[in-house]
Amino acid sequence: MSLLTLRGLSVRHGDRVAVHPTDLEIGPGELVGLVGPNGAGKSSLMRGALGLARAGGESSLAALPAPARARAAAWLPQAREIAWAVTVETLVGLGRHPLRAPGAPLSGADRSAIAGAMARMDIAGFADRPATELSGGEQARVLIARALAQQAPLTLADEPAAGLDPAHQLACMGAFADLAAEGRAAVVSLHDLGLAARFCTRLVMMAGGRVVADGAPDAVLTADRLREVYGIETFLTRADGALVVQPMTLSRP
Amino acid sequence: MTRPLPYPWLLAALGVLVAALFCVSLLVGPAGLGFFDSLAALLAGRGEAETLVMREIRAPRAVLGLMIGATLGLSGAALQGYLRNPLAEPGLLGVTGAASLGAVAAIYSGLSLIFPLALPLMALGGAGLASMLLIGLAGARGGALTLILAGVALSALCGALTALALNLSPNPFAATEIMFWMMGSLSDRSWTHVGLAAPFMLAGWAALGFAGRGLDALTLGEDAAASLGVRLDRLRLAVVLGAAASVGAATAVAGGIGFVGLVAPHLLRRAVGARPARLLPAAALGGAALLLAADIAVRLIAPERDLKLGVLTALVGAPFFLRLVLSTRRRLA
Repeated sequence: MSLLTLRGLSVRHGDRVAVHPTDLEIGPGELVGLVGPNGAGKSSLMRGALGLARAGGESSLAALPAPARARAAAWLPQAREIAWAVTVETLVGLGRHPLRAPGAPLSGADRSAIAGAMARMDIAGFADRPATELSGGEQARVLIARALAQQAPLTLADEPAAGLDPAHQLACMGAFADLAAEGRAAVVSLHDLGLAARFCTRLVMMAGGRVVADGAPDAVLTADRLREVYGIETFLTRADGALVVQPMTLSRP
Repeated sequence: MTRPLPYPWLLAALGVLVAALFCVSLLVGPAGLGFFDSLAALLAGRGEAETLVMREIRAPRAVLGLMIGATLGLSGAALQGYLRNPLAEPGLLGVTGAASLGAVAAIYSGLSLIFPLALPLMALGGAGLASMLLIGLAGARGGALTLILAGVALSALCGALTALALNLSPNPFAATEIMFWMMGSLSDRSWTHVGLAAPFMLAGWAALGFAGRGLDALTLGEDAAASLGVRLDRLRLAVVLGAAASVGAATAVAGGIGFVGLVAPHLLRRAVGARPARLLPAAALGGAALLLAADIAVRLIAPERDLKLGVLTALVGAPFFLRLVLSTRRRLA
């Protein structure tokens, strides 16, 4: 069973092609890291797949009507927007929106999903505080908790780990790894190749709007490919059974 | 931090406040009727003159005050929620300006002298035309910014045409009448005015009530809201049409009344925990209370001078707005 199938999905921004026709399939149990340089088309690919950006080709998610899509996939945008000073608990509770009938009070399942997501992201202590008063990193964790509370089979997240301290970066990736372990799936765009190598079951590398590599982290993150795609020299080693990636210098042209 | 009043209690308290102000509004006026005489006239029809005053002058005025205040508070809250900006207010859409222009055209052309209802009818027409233009310009696609720009353009155009009408006014009486009408007032309104405005206001309220859920999700931004299953195109249509219909109708019968739509959501935002959907009914009640209070005040402050309602709301509202600017600056500092 596939949670997301893309067939020839392409995304344009005006005259510029952001994503060339791309095929991709995401199945249960996968934590897919979407890596690649700035402007490679990672966000556009995810937004196109969700039907949020106008796209050519086919996406199994974009084909769904809006309410069904909201139950099939959660989306954590890169822009961390919190418009009003609602409490952290209320904000996380917005993740339950697609699962609740209009005007219905929170059910037991809603409450436990909200509490679980807040505990997972270590924000239960702020439950009653206005979300706008938190620091940037804390707000990021609140928004991740919102996406987790949605409990969708598939979660797409655009740079969820950016701006978090190392402990919370690990906790954040751990939360996505747990989703995969539970038989759900997550697609996470990342700039931290170390996190990508350590947590992801599969990496999809993009450059210039195309998928240039797709496979296990060991197969995707090779010194030659990183030089070619990012223009960097990298120190690669292994620890605890996983790849360790440390970018060192810019490659000489 | 003190715990805010539970939401149902807050609504109940506001409801009681509005009901009390509504009753006071019925009891205030130049006829100087006693409390029991007023009640007897209103309910039992005791005393011919008193009954006429109560049923045909004060009752429609109080009902209009209630409905217009609720309209302004509700649309202000909905627009602030949709645009995610606490400085948004119903006048932003340009519908207020267009309704005023319609009314001004009725006075300017002399039609309102021949047929008094031409004024609210032409104002309604102006508001309807503006709503269609607005939907055409900022319609199904196009984000919040397009809507603001379209509203600003419409307001500017209507303002210019209104100024032109004043400029070319055939006689000073027409010019004075235009000026006074634009200040906004509830005096000398009849049940006919209520009947004209009510259908549009009720339809607008229904559309805005439907928007609450989507507005909550919009707290997370347009992208996240769309991913939560909110149809942004429908939400925009509901907010724009709902606000345009109800505010257009309100302006058509009462003229431009500023600041209530801006202030009412603000006063209550904290009390509802800043949740946009909860703010809608609270701001509607708050707006009704503010407008009824202001309409009572104009009758008490200067019973002989016909102080205009819109003048008073602006006089009280502008300093509040300044305070808002200062507190926003403090928060950003």
